[in-house]
Amino acid sequence: MGKYIEMIRIRFLMMLAYRTNYYSGILIYSINIGAYYFLWNAIYGEKGSIEGMSALQMTSYVAIAWMARAFYFNNIDREIAQEIKEGKVAVELIRPYNYLLMKTMQGLGEGIFRLSFFSLPGMIIVSLIFPIAFSANPATWLLFAVSLVFSFLINMQINLLTGILTFFFYNNTGLIRAKRVVIDLFSGLLLPISFFPAWAQQVMNYLPFQGISYVPSMIFTESFTQPQIIHAVLFQIIWVLILILPIQMIWLIARKQLVVQGG
Amino acid sequence: MKYIGLFFQYAAQYMKTRLTYRTDMIVEIGSDLMSQAVNFIFILLVFGHTTMISGWSRDEIIFIYGFFLVPFAIFGAFFNIWDFNDRYIVKGEMDRILTRPIHSLFQIVLERMELESLFGVITGTAVMIYAGSRLDLSFAWYDPFVMVLLVLGGTLVYASIFVLIASISFWSDSPTSIMPMMYNIGNYGRYPVNIYNNIIRFVLTWILPFAFVGVYPAAYFLGREEWYTYAFLTPVIGLVFFLFSIFMWNVGVTKYRGAGN
Repeated sequence: MGKYIEMIRIRFLMMLAYRTNYYSGILIYSINIGAYYFLWNAIYGEKGSIEGMSALQMTSYVAIAWMARAFYFNNIDREIAQEIKEGKVAVELIRPYNYLLMKTMQGLGEGIFRLSFFSLPGMIIVSLIFPIAFSANPATWLLFAVSLVFSFLINMQINLLTGILTFFFYNNTGLIRAKRVVIDLFSGLLLPISFFPAWAQQVMNYLPFQGISYVPSMIFTESFTQPQIIHAVLFQIIWVLILILPIQMIWLIARKQLVVQGG
Repeated sequence: MKYIGLFFQYAAQYMKTRLTYRTDMIVEIGSDLMSQAVNFIFILLVFGHTTMISGWSRDEIIFIYGFFLVPFAIFGAFFNIWDFNDRYIVKGEMDRILTRPIHSLFQIVLERMELESLFGVITGTAVMIYAGSRLDLSFAWYDPFVMVLLVLGGTLVYASIFVLIASISFWSDSPTSIMPMMYNIGNYGRYPVNIYNNIIRFVLTWILPFAFVGVYPAAYFLGREEWYTYAFLTPVIGLVFFLFSIFMWNVGVTKYRGAGN
């Protein structure tokens, strides 16, 4: 266990050394939030609420969705693909740790770094520029934190999955790019899942994506009722458990037929 | 003349290298299509809940988006020099460029071109045809020429902003982080400027004139006469900004000192 915690610490320190790179990131996220802020206000126009959300809830939703993304988003899928392509993965496999778990810990170290140096200051800056509703209820914050952990896990698992698919496709930069775009839409980052047509919502209930962004953002903006929150967090937990299965399976198959290109 | 010949030689070489890795190219075009589809779906979903955004209908917004894709694709094919600082200044590649008897910016455009991005021209045109046919737009015989002119204007706007930021690297190292920011600000131009407040509208018109890539020129084809002045300004703004960016580039090149060895 100690070595995994050490991994979190090392990645955190590594990110800390390059922290200036992140100041522009905050600005970029703020620019994006700004674009959606104006767009949503224009969409709401005179309307008081759409799908049970007020304009203020919607702008808060957009802001928290982007700032939460800074926490759960990472490039572990690309890193894995790179290590597989360069043959480094062969060395990783003989080291005395579980490769996938180690990658998850690195992602967590990165996430904790971004949470403290990106999301928190970013949220403060954004709330100074745009009106954002913060809940005064500590239970909301607690539930938000819990669901954020699961959203990190689901996103991480999908990253691991796309990363280890490199074993079979050799070059999957396109797949990784496409995955990112699809997740932005289907996770509810761009707009809440409740804005999708009913049939699409039905389909989405059978996919893990809304556990990434929609659930924590809806909890944060208090757009979910109590039973809905319980249902949503259970949804996340179930998906975290389900996703372990394909990852382990593909991982086992991949290890057996590993081809190291020039390693 | 020499420049045109060179361009085709480079383009031919480029096609050869890309066609060696055909699947890569198809996947790249596929993922571009995917992100265009996501933006398109976003507009459709939003209009499931409203009929008008600040006086613009669903199909008008879609048309603006379709128009935006065309200059953006041409820009992406030739002026996508976001990594100029890393690639040419930090690594000293600029030395090699400067020893050759061709204008330095033109060489970089040739070296950095990504012709597959031009596929966006087709997508954009298809989106405009879709929206245009639903809006019953009428086209005069000269409109295709106006289209070409406005598209070129929009492309120059994008190109000049990126060339300007690239030229900053001749004086300082910082612009690496400004470049990605420009892509995000550029997205503001995809939507009608009247949804923004006055400051942002002013910036998008006169300082970082991204509104001339989407809404202003598109307003001409949508018959929005209140925006005609801006629509016709598109080529002028494009040309003025582009000439200014070339001027800054040329000044910057004289300040270039090379990188170490």
